[in-house]
Amino acid sequence: MGAEDVYILGIRMTKFGKHKELDVPDLATEATLAALKDGGVEMKDMDIIAAGNLMGGAMPIAQVIQKACGQTGIPAYNVSNACATGATALRVVCMSIKAGESEMGLAVGVEKLAGAGLLAGGSRKKDGNSWERSGRYGAVASVDGRIGTDIMPGVFAQIGMEYDHKYGGANFELFAEISRKNHSHSTLNPLASYTKEMTLEQIMGDIMIAYPNTRPMCSANCDGAAAAVLVSGTKLKTLSQEQQRRAVKIAASILTSDPYQEACQVLPDVNTLTRAAATQAYEQAGIGPSDLDLVELHDCFATAELVHYDNLMLCEEGNAVDFFKSGATWRTGSTPVNVSGGLQSKGHPIAATGIANVWEVCHHLRGEAGPRQIEGAKVGLAHVIGLASACGIHILESNSA
Amino acid sequence: MSDQIPFVNYLVLGDNPHLVANECTSCGARFFDRRNACARCSGIEFKDAAIATQGEVRTFTIVAFAAPGVDVPFVSVIVDCDGTSVRANLVNVDPTPEAVKVGMPVRLTTFSIGKDDEGVEAINFGFEPAA
Repeated sequence: MGAEDVYILGIRMTKFGKHKELDVPDLATEATLAALKDGGVEMKDMDIIAAGNLMGGAMPIAQVIQKACGQTGIPAYNVSNACATGATALRVVCMSIKAGESEMGLAVGVEKLAGAGLLAGGSRKKDGNSWERSGRYGAVASVDGRIGTDIMPGVFAQIGMEYDHKYGGANFELFAEISRKNHSHSTLNPLASYTKEMTLEQIMGDIMIAYPNTRPMCSANCDGAAAAVLVSGTKLKTLSQEQQRRAVKIAASILTSDPYQEACQVLPDVNTLTRAAATQAYEQAGIGPSDLDLVELHDCFATAELVHYDNLMLCEEGNAVDFFKSGATWRTGSTPVNVSGGLQSKGHPIAATGIANVWEVCHHLRGEAGPRQIEGAKVGLAHVIGLASACGIHILESNSA
Repeated sequence: MSDQIPFVNYLVLGDNPHLVANECTSCGARFFDRRNACARCSGIEFKDAAIATQGEVRTFTIVAFAAPGVDVPFVSVIVDCDGTSVRANLVNVDPTPEAVKVGMPVRLTTFSIGKDDEGVEAINFGFEPAA
């Protein structure tokens, strides 16, 4: 007998945006109770919980969630994997079910990030009165801005411009056009942080953060949570017809880290581990990129989305620019990408993102996405990257066919 | 010269300023930080390797928004120095997309970032257009 199949039984994200009155336990509880209700189960049915909250530091978020909405004594795993934290929580529960240790489990990601500004490189230590060496480079003062940049918009700008150097054709306008697509997509998503259409001129004319990324081309810091209830295939068969029909199969659940490459400790390499994760995911699911009806990928910056078309093999190697220009990734195209609005417009409450993107895909596979429904969607892929570095990919399949 | 010190340990000053990497004696992987072991092969022996002072801009960004105290705009680059990638600022250039291009040839340069209370001057490195 092989490992258990794993399904998403219930899943939900909160509205992303500014939640002034809600704290981390409030947001996590809202997502958790909604996911349980969506799956038609209760906290006492859960055998395991895995949860993440990056800005909370060492706070045991899984126990915080239990104290907020159900202390049942189950094993609690607090996970931290940068922007891949939510996907990692999902993966932990998935592994437990596959291993036969759990029948049902809960994965949660939650973040309070509205108004946070720059995360990495957001502050620089003042120079001392005398030069003293510190750190692994033996620098006598802070290096950010003196030896390149630490800020994420700059790091990912370099990742996008590197693609241009390698293959050509990418420029400010192309990256802005990618952002225009995602801002346009979000107009149909009531849970997105921003739901305003933006013109190319507005995007290119907005505040420059790190060329070629202007402000609307950067992921939107916001508050939000997402939660998922996972169930084994065996257990699912004992549940109602309705629960079985709405369940979404996790056809692949993959997590990779970045293998050594020349330059990877100078500029993070987000390509090699994504390509490796995608290769494993397609193999595990027994499908290819052309079978995907929609993709939610980690567009933390407009410059990142382009390279992941290639890394996820949605296009031929080196062909991401032409692929985008063909219109393929608009919601009307052959491979709709980020129909939620993506991180640039839906928002990026870091630890919640790796579950919220799975929610978006499930929403379509269940045929419940309303005005933004991708008609007839049966298979979708959700991808996240956390520096430096983790890549989570989940391939999801409709169970209603 | 004793009143000048390099900004980081991997910068060598003198008549021919250059960068020096920790090169794994087993596999040749190069690192600029203090090492415990090699990230590529887990080897634990390293030797100094002088890095080429000429290179090509593999990618760049022009940072316009940064932490207080960081002078903006500035150009951040990754330079391919004869097969070894180096992170640095691009200096002596207009920080505009018209002036900075991927693939442009550059060379190492050094400059003062100031003196401390004892009068010791810290010297940093960057790259500048070579053409």
